[in-house]
Amino acid sequence: MSALIGEMVTKALKLNIPLSVHLDLTYRCNERCIHCYLDHHDHGEMTTVEIKDLLDQMADAGVFYLTISGGEIMMRRDFFEILEHARKRTFCIKLKTNGILIRSNEADRIKALGVESVQISIYSHIPDVHDAITKLPGSLADSIEAIRRLRAHGIHVIIANVLMVKNASDYEGVKALAAELGAQFMLDPTVTPMMDGDRGILNLNVDEAALREVFRNEGLVGNVEEFCAPPKGPNESDLDMLPCSAGHTACYVSPYGDVYPCVQFPLPSGNVRSTRFVDIWRNSPELNEVRSITLRDMPSCSVCTHGGTCTRCPGLAYLEGNMRGPSSQDCEKSYARTGIPSENLKKRRAASFSSSHLVQIQGLQSSVAI
Amino acid sequence: MSDKPYVARSNMIAARVLGNETMVMSASDSTLFTLDEVATLIWESADGLTPLEEIVKNKVCTQYDVSPEVALKDAEVLVKQLAGHGLMLLSDRPVAQPSEFPKVNP
Repeated sequence: MSALIGEMVTKALKLNIPLSVHLDLTYRCNERCIHCYLDHHDHGEMTTVEIKDLLDQMADAGVFYLTISGGEIMMRRDFFEILEHARKRTFCIKLKTNGILIRSNEADRIKALGVESVQISIYSHIPDVHDAITKLPGSLADSIEAIRRLRAHGIHVIIANVLMVKNASDYEGVKALAAELGAQFMLDPTVTPMMDGDRGILNLNVDEAALREVFRNEGLVGNVEEFCAPPKGPNESDLDMLPCSAGHTACYVSPYGDVYPCVQFPLPSGNVRSTRFVDIWRNSPELNEVRSITLRDMPSCSVCTHGGTCTRCPGLAYLEGNMRGPSSQDCEKSYARTGIPSENLKKRRAASFSSSHLVQIQGLQSSVAI
Repeated sequence: MSDKPYVARSNMIAARVLGNETMVMSASDSTLFTLDEVATLIWESADGLTPLEEIVKNKVCTQYDVSPEVALKDAEVLVKQLAGHGLMLLSDRPVAQPSEFPKVNP
């Protein structure tokens, strides 16, 4: 983060301004990615008029960074009408799309509307692997073609590569593809639970050995020694640290108008169809509860050696059952990075050790009974 | 710069007032700028129809203890810098605020 952006974030925090909003226009999609956390059925999306009014409300509330995502944003026929309205309200806009519906004309319009960046997910440089993840034959070729069109217009493109078991060995290939296309490369090593809390897709996550390899790749993390340095434990000022921007300077709005602290933190905090956006932002008891939590309030993380340096996601902790608790996926990342288990991992290992003994005892008892 | 330049905000920017400052980002290269309180006054008044001199006289000099000559010189430096980064348009005649984006066939 640049110093200037850091200053703006500090100021937004002080003034209680929602500097960034992630707005999903639809959950409908033309791909069916195996790791997707959304229900793709339309349960009553906001209308064009509702979305334009929401954009006006968000601009008045001080929102500057607006991520427009989905589902696939271009599944909405009014997408460009919405985008044009958003740009008239001078948001800094990032689009997230699979690019499949971006032809030359769409690329022209995105360029003319001064979008800051377009993020497109590429799971592998190998068509069979990418297309097996999206479940759409030909999708890699279509997404690459869209990237070429956008780049030909000078549009900043970010290639997001979600790491999974199925594509674990392909990130170097995707990185090389990004370089060839003149796009920025971004690796995300975490598959998250479904928004409804279903954790079934977590088995797509790579194992600890694969994570360890990623975290020791200089081309991805920069200075490996620094990145993987053993944690020093949280100091007094770390204990007052805010977990992340969710609910503090950022929030998420679903296609149905539901407001959450973040797309990965589905704590229902209000709905813009019944309450004005700024009133939800300022007065929602749920958002205010999220804002009240510092590292000091987290029983396990505040005493954990990783407390001051962990990338703990409060949304993943919430989906695990307790927004003041640890996020085990981040504990696993901290372990893969440093080789030092978190307090949570130690407890889980101890519990699994003792429960394995219990199973043995029960087995013996039952055999005696027989 | 002409005697009575007109100033208008470009539409290829992202901008938001944050307290008494304004964040402005260039859509062409994503460079972020912040405008202080006085610059924000000029920015918000840059409608393409009001000469810079009038903005300085009616908005800046009425709120700050500064002479019109000094304030105008500073304002001219500011708008030239903003124009140099593509954030503002300067003209020697009134210009319509470029609120519409270039049309592309739908």
